[in-house]
Amino acid sequence: MPVSGNITLCKIMTTRTASAKKLKSNEKWDLILRPQRGWWDLRLGELWRYRDLVGLFVWRDFVTYYKQTILGPLWYIIQPILTTVVFTVIFGNIAKLPTDGLPAFLFYLSGNTVWTYYSTCLVSTSNTFAANAAIFGKVYFPRMVIPLSIVISNLISFAIRLGVFLAFLLYFMASGSAIHLTLWVLALPALLLIMAGMGLGLGVIISSLTTKYRDLQQLVGFGVQLLMYATPVIYPLSTVQGALRWVILANPMTAVVEVFRLGFLGTSSVDPLSLLYSVGFTLVVMLIGLLIFNRVEATFMDTV
Amino acid sequence: MPKTVISIEHLSKSYRLGVIGTGTAFRDLERWWAKKRGQPDPYLKIDEADHGNREGETIWALRDINFTVQQGEALGIIGSNGAGKSTLLKILSQVTAPTEGVVKVKGRIASLLEVGTGFHGELTGRENIYLNGAINGMSRAEVARKLDEIVDFSGVEKYIDTPVKHYSSGMYVRLAFAVAAHLDPDILIVDEVLAVGDAAFQKKCLEKIGDVSREGRTVIFVSHNMAAMVNSCNRGILLSQGKISCDGDIRETVTQYLSIQTAAGDVDLSKVVNRSGDGRARFTRAVTRSDPVNVVDTFVIGDNLIFEINIISSEFIHSGKMGLTIISSNGIPVYNLVAEDAGFELIDLNGESRVRVVLENQKIYPGEYHVNLWMADSDYKAMDRIANAIKFTIIEGGTKVRRKLDPASAVVHEVAQWSRLS
Repeated sequence: MPVSGNITLCKIMTTRTASAKKLKSNEKWDLILRPQRGWWDLRLGELWRYRDLVGLFVWRDFVTYYKQTILGPLWYIIQPILTTVVFTVIFGNIAKLPTDGLPAFLFYLSGNTVWTYYSTCLVSTSNTFAANAAIFGKVYFPRMVIPLSIVISNLISFAIRLGVFLAFLLYFMASGSAIHLTLWVLALPALLLIMAGMGLGLGVIISSLTTKYRDLQQLVGFGVQLLMYATPVIYPLSTVQGALRWVILANPMTAVVEVFRLGFLGTSSVDPLSLLYSVGFTLVVMLIGLLIFNRVEATFMDTV
Repeated sequence: MPKTVISIEHLSKSYRLGVIGTGTAFRDLERWWAKKRGQPDPYLKIDEADHGNREGETIWALRDINFTVQQGEALGIIGSNGAGKSTLLKILSQVTAPTEGVVKVKGRIASLLEVGTGFHGELTGRENIYLNGAINGMSRAEVARKLDEIVDFSGVEKYIDTPVKHYSSGMYVRLAFAVAAHLDPDILIVDEVLAVGDAAFQKKCLEKIGDVSREGRTVIFVSHNMAAMVNSCNRGILLSQGKISCDGDIRETVTQYLSIQTAAGDVDLSKVVNRSGDGRARFTRAVTRSDPVNVVDTFVIGDNLIFEINIISSEFIHSGKMGLTIISSNGIPVYNLVAEDAGFELIDLNGESRVRVVLENQKIYPGEYHVNLWMADSDYKAMDRIANAIKFTIIEGGTKVRRKLDPASAVVHEVAQWSRLS
């Protein structure tokens, strides 16, 4: 059967699917399913077609969270404050860690606000396959929709935490603390993009590797906690000296947390240019994540 | 010339059996360590040990499947459990990838492997329509355009802004199917989803599936309900053990399938508690057959309907009476077959006996029927009575009737003598 106008397209298809025998060169297929997708057959166009689904998942998370519980939104306010109080007492009052001359409470709250977004992104996306096995087993949509919507949903709780932080920031500024905003405040969207990208990339890599071994999942929460201590969340970068400083600087989250402080609190010993390292790291992690995820998503249902 | 919309070439799918992995890295390490020291696998179940080394053993759920589907075809996939039907649908729906071979598709596929995938209890009916539509590949604008139609079809307008967790299961399923029915794909894949919901709803679903194929779309349908298959499909593929064993007209395929079915239509009555009578003699087993060899529970018009019933009596009974009533699924008694009418008596019952009842060339309309059994002594004192002892199904097909029979129009199919007088 002749299909007019598709001759060029079909030629491309034939070369791409050269391994498939019997493919009639004059037929155009919309979908070809084969045992293994090519490494670079990422189907990003398809992901774009499902953008409404990403939006609806985000909206679902939002709506169900607020419908279910009154304590939910409140928890987003209580949790960072409580954590910060504990940090202030233990690390500030007992261990007497320096805070770059900033009010200890504000210092810990700023670190906590940034870090929580990153860690929730990482932990919740790392569970993509296991947590959604039921729905993945019944219907096809690009699996990447799920981690993508998680990262966006988490922005909502981040916004609440940021609000809490800003409220305390205003209070401390009004009571005459030595803090001032710098232009690096404007880098906030970029910081969020880096954290979202890195959390998503790492989370997706972990979720792909853990389709077979669920218990590795438990290591993720633990690992993220360890990672926090390798990030200047409870101490300023300025206190880290010697060889250890390089370890901390090699952590791509260091620049993110420090630049956030530089922007909102006006003090940091970080070279803002080290953000470029974080960006590079994020791009690499995202690419690797995308490739591995794409390899795994087609057949993971058989191993879950 | 019909257009090929699905082409399946050398499709195979294998699953690894036995040692898929214990699911945790720690256990797999433990198992590896035990193997290294020559000890038995600590996680192998005891009854599995005899099978030797199961590692790497694979099972082929599908083996070298080849067929094409033309536009507008309504294809029914038939097979017993484990024949590979679901695996085939999963591959077509992109839930999993094939192990070997290629599947090529033209147009948009929507698959309904489950009704209401992704429904969230906290969301309202309306919100779930949007979500479920999007999960199945519709854009928000598309859903918005069809919203009224979907709500209308579901019949739950009144509760459309109520969270679906408050819905009855029937409402839930109706809403979910309504979304699915309006996906408007080029190819619709439907798994055994109609098993849920009441008869009226099932009818509505089947009609919708029929509409879809009449509109020139392609339908692939899997069901164990042979009557529904014959009604909604025109072509059938019979899978057995991962291979195609029959591909042709749906009636032929169904007939072929029924002939290989065994064990259906065989009911153990000895443990039935819901029975009455003094129990001096009791029914212990009932079997339905269409011929002396095969036990079946599905018949076409014109088949012989054979019942074989086992009886056990606890004392010597000189003479007994027996009967069975065939009742349609909407409660209409169709036949009351009484032994006495045939001059048959249960003479000298003592211990186990077996009775055969043959209704030759039965003419019952398609549908599901159940059978009540009773047994009494010569004074009509009930010894055993069981309602709904055994069920059977009459489906479309066979050689006697070539037109479609509407179960609502009659119960018994008779062929009158017709002649023209002027």
